[in-house]
Amino acid sequence: MKKYLSLFRLRFITGMQYRTAAIAGIVTQFVWGGMEIMIFRAFYKADAGAFPMSFSATSSYIWLQQAFLAFYMAWMMENEIFDMILSGNVVYELCRPIDIYNLWFFRSMAKRMSMAVLRCFPILFVAVFLPKPYGITMPAGMGNFALFIITMFLGLAVAVSLCMMVYMLTFFTISSMGLRMLFISASEFFAGAVIPLPFFPERLQKIMEILPFASMQNVPFRIYSGSMSVDEMRNAVILQVFWLVVVTAAGKMLCKKAERHIVVLGG
Amino acid sequence: MRKIRKSLKLYMHYVEINVRCIMQYKTSFFLTTIGQFLISFNVFLGIFFMFQRFSKVEGFTYSEVLLCFSIVLLEFSTAEMFVRGFDVFSGMVRTGEFDRVLVRPQNEMLQVLGSKFELTRIGRMLQSVIMFVYGVRHCGIEWNFAKILTVTFMIIGGTAVFTGLFIIHASFCFFTLEGLEFMNIFTDGAREFGKYPIGVYGQKMLIFTTFIVPYALIQYYPLLYVLGRRETMVYMFLPFAACWFLVLAYAFWRFGVRHYKSSGS
Repeated sequence: MKKYLSLFRLRFITGMQYRTAAIAGIVTQFVWGGMEIMIFRAFYKADAGAFPMSFSATSSYIWLQQAFLAFYMAWMMENEIFDMILSGNVVYELCRPIDIYNLWFFRSMAKRMSMAVLRCFPILFVAVFLPKPYGITMPAGMGNFALFIITMFLGLAVAVSLCMMVYMLTFFTISSMGLRMLFISASEFFAGAVIPLPFFPERLQKIMEILPFASMQNVPFRIYSGSMSVDEMRNAVILQVFWLVVVTAAGKMLCKKAERHIVVLGG
Repeated sequence: MRKIRKSLKLYMHYVEINVRCIMQYKTSFFLTTIGQFLISFNVFLGIFFMFQRFSKVEGFTYSEVLLCFSIVLLEFSTAEMFVRGFDVFSGMVRTGEFDRVLVRPQNEMLQVLGSKFELTRIGRMLQSVIMFVYGVRHCGIEWNFAKILTVTFMIIGGTAVFTGLFIIHASFCFFTLEGLEFMNIFTDGAREFGKYPIGVYGQKMLIFTTFIVPYALIQYYPLLYVLGRRETMVYMFLPFAACWFLVLAYAFWRFGVRHYKSSGS
């Protein structure tokens, strides 16, 4: 466990170095969030009755999404890993006396967390001071807040384990391009990154909520603003744990298989 | 005149080389094209499902919004296809490749332009054409010559504005070496948020996009004319007013080239 923690620390500190990039990212995400909210405001003005959650809950959802973008965005995969598999440098990773799945898992977690730490506070800070329905509200309650924190990290773990599946499958396909593209567009759509899941028609939403993609940002952000009932929250957490276990197990299995049949390219 | 013809011939040659280059990796080309399609397809799905719930936004119906989105997407992808060289220009500055460009006896802009021709953007173009056809068929617009002309002007003006933005993005690299990420707000952001008519974003945004970065001139006002909400002919020619932006971009580029210090690598 100690080696994973130090790996985590190493990667986290490296990630913290990119401060200028973080500032540029913050500005971009701030504009993005603002524009997004203006779209929803226009729809709210057109027909407030058709809104599936309160307007301020929607605003909170969007600000949280922007602040913790690095946690859940599918396209933030590690290019280094794809390059390693393609170039054959992955053998050096395999030589290490560490399980490669765990190694990459912790690395990705650390990278995403370091990016989020740099970016989330300025965005949240400004969003708190925005006028009433457009800013981020306080969490719906202490219990909600605690559950929000827990589900956020569970969601992060699910997101990383899904990315791990893509890395593992790349061992077999070598070129990652097609796989990545499908994964990215599917997960953006089904996770509620394009529009939050409650905005989808009810029957479709029911199906989408069962998929592993819904166990990422959808759960914590909706718990935060209290737009889930107690039953829904319980089911969502159970689903998160379920998907985390299943996807990680599947990933590890693939990893074992890949290690046995690995073909190293290049020299 | 002869000079222009010669430049054009050279540019076509550049394009040809680029296309041949891309076609060496056919699978990669097709996958990237599909990827481009999928990314903007998600944006479309977002609009589609929002309109399953709401019937109108700021008085615009689903098919009207699609018409608007398709035109913006077409402008953006056309601009990206031709001037992608400016979008990835920071690499040229950093590696010192631009020094080589400067010593050649040809216009430097032409060379940057020819350095990249992104054929993969036809994935997006295809989507915008499909949406455009759908929008036109369901909008109930009474088409006449003036309106067809307006749409043509929109596409020309819009491509010019996006081209200008890419050139400004590249010009910043003369001073910063790195590409500035915040410029993405104006390029990718405009593609992303230009999906809805700008009036949706409120008065202040409308003023900003009329006078600072002229998106409204190529999107909102002429669209109102096409949809028959405004009758004045002025709206038809507003996209041309947006072309001043390209002049500004060109001036900034010249300024940048004059202050170019090689990165030395």
